[in-house]
Amino acid sequence: MNSASGNVLRVRGISKSFGGVHAVNDVSFDVQEGEVLGLIGPNGSGKSTLFDCILGQLTPDTGEVYVGGEAVAGKRPCDLNKLGIARTFQMLQVFPEMTVLENIILAGQEHHGGMLSRLFGKRDAGLTEEADEMIAFFRLSHLRDQRAGSLSYGQQKLLDVAMAFMAGPRLVMLDEPAGGVNLTMLESLKEHLKVFNEERGATFVVIEHNMEFVMALCSRILVLSNGAIIAEGTPEEIRNDPDVIEAYLGA
Amino acid sequence: MRPMTIAGLAVLGLLIVLPFGLKGYGIYILSLWIVYSIAAMGLNLTLGYAGQVSLAQAAFLGIGAYTTALLMKAGYPFFVGFGLSAGICFGVGLILGYPALRVQHHFLAFVTLGFNALVWLVFRNEEWLTGGTYGLMGFSRPSFFGVSTNNPVVFYFFSLALFLLLAFVLWWIVRSPWGRAFQALRENPIRANSLGVDVRRMTLLAFAIGSAYGGMAGSLFAPLVEFIDPQSFMLDTSLMLLLMVIVGGSGHFFGPILGALLVILLPEWLRFTEGLYLIIYASLVIVLLAVCPSGLLGLYERTAAAVRARSSDRRESAGGSAP
Ligand SMILES: Nc1ncnc2c1ncn2[C@@H]1O[C@H](COP(=O)(O)OP(=O)(O)OP(=O)(O)O)[C@@H](O)[C@H]1O
Ligand SMILES: [Mg+2]
Repeated sequence: MNSASGNVLRVRGISKSFGGVHAVNDVSFDVQEGEVLGLIGPNGSGKSTLFDCILGQLTPDTGEVYVGGEAVAGKRPCDLNKLGIARTFQMLQVFPEMTVLENIILAGQEHHGGMLSRLFGKRDAGLTEEADEMIAFFRLSHLRDQRAGSLSYGQQKLLDVAMAFMAGPRLVMLDEPAGGVNLTMLESLKEHLKVFNEERGATFVVIEHNMEFVMALCSRILVLSNGAIIAEGTPEEIRNDPDVIEAYLGA
Repeated sequence: MRPMTIAGLAVLGLLIVLPFGLKGYGIYILSLWIVYSIAAMGLNLTLGYAGQVSLAQAAFLGIGAYTTALLMKAGYPFFVGFGLSAGICFGVGLILGYPALRVQHHFLAFVTLGFNALVWLVFRNEEWLTGGTYGLMGFSRPSFFGVSTNNPVVFYFFSLALFLLLAFVLWWIVRSPWGRAFQALRENPIRANSLGVDVRRMTLLAFAIGSAYGGMAGSLFAPLVEFIDPQSFMLDTSLMLLLMVIVGGSGHFFGPILGALLVILLPEWLRFTEGLYLIIYASLVIVLLAVCPSGLLGLYERTAAAVRARSSDRRESAGGSAP
């Protein structure tokens, strides 16, 4: 395939409507290896729907998605995850009855060995150490053996992101990771993303309403309005784009 | 040794000496408990761990019982019937799992309920195979190495051995990454899917393995009661198995075993109340579930956690430096 080198993800002409609502309208973009791409836009502009179409959660009406040059039409979310893409959802989603450690191990276990080795092999799929590192990285070690459901909202949010980090080191797609997280946590979340991006070479696509967060973190930003991309550029360019200002004020 | 290990060994010891102190009927009840425990354990995997509602476990009990009875009548050794029962129920359970990929909760309950009714109709109507309402009899209990299990105590120990083996296998499964994937399925299938858990495959497996346990229980059920008819595998048996899982503590490993003990023993203990037995039984179940919806083991776990929290509070307030 003509995969332009360095493109982790290529999205071509994705559209999705719900009844009469065109949630996503002919959206195309590329995600380059190693970048942190911001995806912003007013409420209801189709950001989450776009994620769902890319990740197999929804079937797009039209359009193609390529991961590393391979078309992934019809693949299920778990297949896409196995290709190295992990995500979070806008609504916080952890496994409340499991401990923090179990949540993290679960996020990693499907990437280790085959179906049968997960039955007959080690109980934790040999992941306890790696999981502990991840937990320490997010400063959740003191909560390691607590039920995830007993954590505060912000802590669960961090856990949610940590699971995505554990489950797909190649490309991580985050839907509003900063929503409901306090300022100190936000700072540490920013740090975590940076470290993961710079030291481990992970690529990110981040949906976020918190402009400071986006501007500080992203190397490139896409702006979605009414399901279509209306602007693309560096944080500086986006900040001064009249169309973007118009979309936000007029929404 | 941890208290759980000690308790487990004590129970095991009790299970070994108990039959020597019991009369025939007591041993029969004990054996029945073991057989139903196996079926309930399987349902616990499907429902308790993986969160898939099934009202069809009695159908699998029946498929296992009829398969084994028919094969033994035809002169095959018990373990041929046992293995085939497990295999057939695994396969049929896999197929029954398909609706669960589309519908959940009460819809799934109705699908599986319909399946149970269908299987029961086959047992009743296909007289050439199943003997219809007259049922099947005339198959003897198995014997191994010249030792016949005709003696109730011998059959009891035979069932106990199989039960321990099957319990170990299930324990292995739920402690493995598979078990974690099953639990993820119950708690949040969408998130599990996004983390690479093959939700479709795990759902089908949860049904298949749980059903295979139903089939193996049925395979023991036939030689235990030595007579089977369709009535034993109706919806009320499925509901009884469901009750065992829920009363004991759905999603707890020992829950269904404890639940089966209660559901089977309680009627025996309440026998002296004669006509009132059903009312008392039903009231007890209602009270129990109202007080602890997570079952007996759920109640135990909550109490233990509360006690632990209180004692660690005390240690802290006493200025101790316990870790
Ligand atoms: N399952 C659905 N059924 C019907 N309409 C939907 C569905 N999901 C999304 N929509 C509609 O699609 C549009 C885009 O929604 P989407 O959630 O993608 O927006 P968003 O950009 O993520 O918004 P926000 O910033 O508020 O999260 C909205 O008009 C929404 O009402
Ligand atoms: Mg959204």
